[in-house]
Amino acid sequence: MIRVGIDVGGTNTDAVLMDGTQVVHWVKTPTTADVTGGVLRALELVLTESGFAPEKVGAVMIGTTHFTNAIVERRDLAPTAVIRLGLPATQALPPMVDWPEDLRRALGEHVYLAHGGFEFDGRPISPLDPLELRKIAEDIKAKGVRNVAISAVFSPINPEVEAEAARIVREVIPDAKITLSSEIGRIGLLERENAAILNASLQDLGHKIVRAFSQALRDAGIPAPFYLTQNDGTLMSAEFAEKFPVLTIASGPTNSMRGAAFLSGIKEAIVVDVGGTTTDVGALHHGFPREASIAVEVGGVRTNFRMPDVLSLGLGGGSIVEREPLKIGPESVGFRLTEEALVFGGSTLTATDIAVAAGMAEVGDARRVRNLDPAFVEAAVERMQRMIADAVDRMLLSPEPIPVIVVGGGSILVRDRVRNLPTIKPDHYPVANAVGAAIAQISGEVDRVYALAEIPREKALEEARSEAKQRAVEAGADPSTVEIVEVEDVPLAYLPGNATRIRVKAVGDLRLA
Amino acid sequence: MRWIYPENLEDIALGAAVLGTGGGGDPYIGKLMAQHVMRVHGPVQLVDVDELDDEDLVVPAAMMGAPTVMIEKLPRGDEIVEAFKALEAYLGRPVKAVMSIEAGGLNSTTPFIVASQLGLPLIDGDAMGRAFPEIQMVTLTLHGISATPMTLADDKGNSALLNTIDNRWTERFARSITIDMGGASMIALYPMTGAQAKRAVVRGTISLIERIGQSIRRAHREKRDPIEAVLEVTGGFRVFRGKIIDVARRTEGGFARGEATLVGIDEDQGHTLKIHFQNEHLVAIRDGEVIVSVPDLITLLDTETGEPITTEAMRYGLRAVVVGIPCADPWRTPEGLELVGPKYFGYDIEYVPVEERFGERA
Repeated sequence: MIRVGIDVGGTNTDAVLMDGTQVVHWVKTPTTADVTGGVLRALELVLTESGFAPEKVGAVMIGTTHFTNAIVERRDLAPTAVIRLGLPATQALPPMVDWPEDLRRALGEHVYLAHGGFEFDGRPISPLDPLELRKIAEDIKAKGVRNVAISAVFSPINPEVEAEAARIVREVIPDAKITLSSEIGRIGLLERENAAILNASLQDLGHKIVRAFSQALRDAGIPAPFYLTQNDGTLMSAEFAEKFPVLTIASGPTNSMRGAAFLSGIKEAIVVDVGGTTTDVGALHHGFPREASIAVEVGGVRTNFRMPDVLSLGLGGGSIVEREPLKIGPESVGFRLTEEALVFGGSTLTATDIAVAAGMAEVGDARRVRNLDPAFVEAAVERMQRMIADAVDRMLLSPEPIPVIVVGGGSILVRDRVRNLPTIKPDHYPVANAVGAAIAQISGEVDRVYALAEIPREKALEEARSEAKQRAVEAGADPSTVEIVEVEDVPLAYLPGNATRIRVKAVGDLRLA
Repeated sequence: MRWIYPENLEDIALGAAVLGTGGGGDPYIGKLMAQHVMRVHGPVQLVDVDELDDEDLVVPAAMMGAPTVMIEKLPRGDEIVEAFKALEAYLGRPVKAVMSIEAGGLNSTTPFIVASQLGLPLIDGDAMGRAFPEIQMVTLTLHGISATPMTLADDKGNSALLNTIDNRWTERFARSITIDMGGASMIALYPMTGAQAKRAVVRGTISLIERIGQSIRRAHREKRDPIEAVLEVTGGFRVFRGKIIDVARRTEGGFARGEATLVGIDEDQGHTLKIHFQNEHLVAIRDGEVIVSVPDLITLLDTETGEPITTEAMRYGLRAVVVGIPCADPWRTPEGLELVGPKYFGYDIEYVPVEERFGERA
C-alpha cells in the first residue's frame, strides 16, 4: 500500500512516498504561509517525480507544528469557557490560575466552578447540580462563547460526571465544542485541565487546518484518507485530530525519532536529529521515543502530555562559527543558509562551511572554503563532535553500548563515531521526520488508581492491559498488531488498601483495510 | 521582622524541595496556593521566634495526606482557617503566630496560606529542619510538647478535634481521619506558648530554604554549578554522582516505601548506590555500606539543573548528584535519634554524622 508522509516544519515541508516498507521517493519544499500551498506542492512533486498516480495513494500522514505555534504565538485561539466540577473542593486554585496573563486574556477568562467530581476512592465529592450547570451554560451562551472545556476532580478514574455535564451544556448550547479533561490527560488536575482548555481553544483552528489539508489532498487528486501524527508517535484520524488538536504539539521530534528507528531498523538507540538551527537528541526504547517524566510547559502553560524527552542544543547546519575564541552556535543563519554560508557565496562562516572544508560533505562550492586554516577547521570539527557527544551522553540510560542514529538535513556535521558508539546514518536520513509520519502507529492508554486490597495486582494489570488494547483498536489500530509497550505502577503514598496508580500503553499498526 | 511577598515564594518552594529529601509533597501546588491567597489577603510578616511574648499562643499549620491526592483534589482554600478557628474555640484563646511544622516540601508554604488570611505573623523556623513522614517526628516531641489538642478540616466543612495520650497516637488517628476526608486534610496542631517555641523551634529555616532557592536560581543566571551553590548554603556534601537505573516502589503501612539504585558516573564510576525511602529518603548505601542515614538529609539533585528530584519523579535514566546535609542539632541527641534515627526506621546501624564520613568541606 502506497503512503505519503508529510512533515510541515517551520522552514521546509518534506514529503516522502512509501510503498509498504520501502521509501520510493522524497522531496523538500519551502513551507508556505497558507498551509494548503506548501502541502499541495510537496504532494504534487513527490507524485510526479515518482510517477505514481494520486489514486494509488492509500493514506497520507501529516506531522504539523501549527497548533504549537498558535499557542506559543497566542493567535487563532477561540474564546473558551472552562467549567470545573469539584466544589466545595479546589477553590484554592481556580482554573488558569498559573497561566501567563496574555494567554488567559486571549481566551477571555470565562471560568466557572461547579459541584461534582470524585474522591480518590471513587466516592463523590458532591452531587452534580443540573440547575447550577444550566445557569452556567446560559451565561456562556449569553457571552457568545461556544468552546468549552470541562474538568472534574479524579475524572481519570471516573469520567461519568464530565460526560453528564457535557450533556447539560449541549442542551443549552447545541453547537458547543466541548473538550472533557478525562479524554485528554492523566492524574494531576491543573495540568489535565490546562490540556483540555488549550484543546478547546484550538478547536476552530483544528477545523480550519484539517480542512486545509483535505483541500490540498483534493487538489492533488488524492482520494485517500489522511491522518495527523501526535506527540507519542502514533496517528489520529482527521476527525479525531479536529477534536483533539492539542495532541499534536510535540509531534515533530517524535516523528524524526520514529523515522530514524524505522530507517535504521534499530529499536533501542539514541537519535541525533541535526537540523538547520538545532540538534534534537532523544532516546528510543522499543522503537518509541522515551517520554519526559516532568511536567512539560507549552507556551507557558504546564501540561502532562505524553511528550518525548528531548534535549535540544544550538547546533545545526546553519550555526554561525566565530574564530577567536572558537564559538559555534547557538546563533544560526537558519533558512538563509543557501545565501549566507561561504560555500553558497555568502559571507558568514557556518557549521556547514566547516564540514565542507574538512571534507565531510560536498555541498556548494568547496573552493570558497579552501583557504581556511586546517588547524582551525579541525578544532571546529572537534568541538562540534564533542557538543553532540556530550548531548548523547546525557541521554544515555546505561553504560552498555547503544547505537547512535544520525538523521536530519544537518547530519553532515557528524564526522565519525559518536562517543565511540556504533553510529549509523541510515538511507533517506534527511527526511526521517516525514518517514516517521508515514509509519506512525495507533495507541491506547489507561491511567487509573486501583485499590490492590480489593483487586489483586495481576488482575488489575490484566484489566488495564486489555482496556488499553481495546482503546487502541477503537482508535483505529489493527487488532492483530496491537501490543503493550509500557506498563508502570506507582503506589500512592499514605493511602491504605495498597492504592496503586497503573499506567498502560498499547500500540498497533494502522488498520488500513 | 520582614515581609514575605508572593514572588519570594518561588525561592522558598525551590529550597523547600531540597530539604524535602525526596518527599514532602509537590511544592508547586503549595506555592501556587500560598501565592494566590497572598495576592488577595496580602503579604506575610516573617518574625524571629525571639520576637514573640512568652505567653503568645503559637500554632503550626500543615497539610496532611497523599501527594497524589493533593495534585488532584485541590483544597477549598480556607480549610486551614477553619482548623485554626476550631482550635482557637476549643482553647478559648486567639492564636498569635503561625509556624511551619516541616520546612521540606509542600508544608513549607502551607502556613503562609493561614498566616495571610488571618493576618498573623509566621515564625522563621520549623519543627524538623527538613521533612519527615510522621506527625510525632518533630523537635516539639523532644521538648514534651503535645501534638494535641489538634484539629483537622476538610474541603466539605468537616472538622475533627483530637486529644491523645501521646504524639504517636495522634499520628495514627489523624492518618485514619485524613483518609476518610478523601486522602488529604488541613491540620492545626502542637499548640504551644511563645516560651515553648523559643526552646523547641529549629530556627531560621524559612530564611534558609529561601537562600537555597536563591542560590540555585542565581547559579542558573550566572551559569555556575547550582549543586556547588546548594552545598555552600546548606553545609552539605557531595556523596555520589550517578544515574538511576532502577526504582522499586511498594505501599506498606500507608507509606510509599522503596529503593532506588544508581550506578556511578565520573568519579564514582564502578560503584553502586542504593537509596531506601519511606516517602522521604532514609539511608544511602554505597557498595553495601551505609554512608548517609537519617536524621541527616539525603537529597538528589539533577546533575544539570541542580533541581531537587522527588521520589515520585525518580525514574530510570535520570542523572543525579546525591547530597548529604547535616541535620538540625536536636536530632543528634539520644532522644532525637530514638525518634527519627536509623533504628526507628528498622536499620540496625549506628548513626554517623555525614560530616564525619565526608570530612570538613574545603
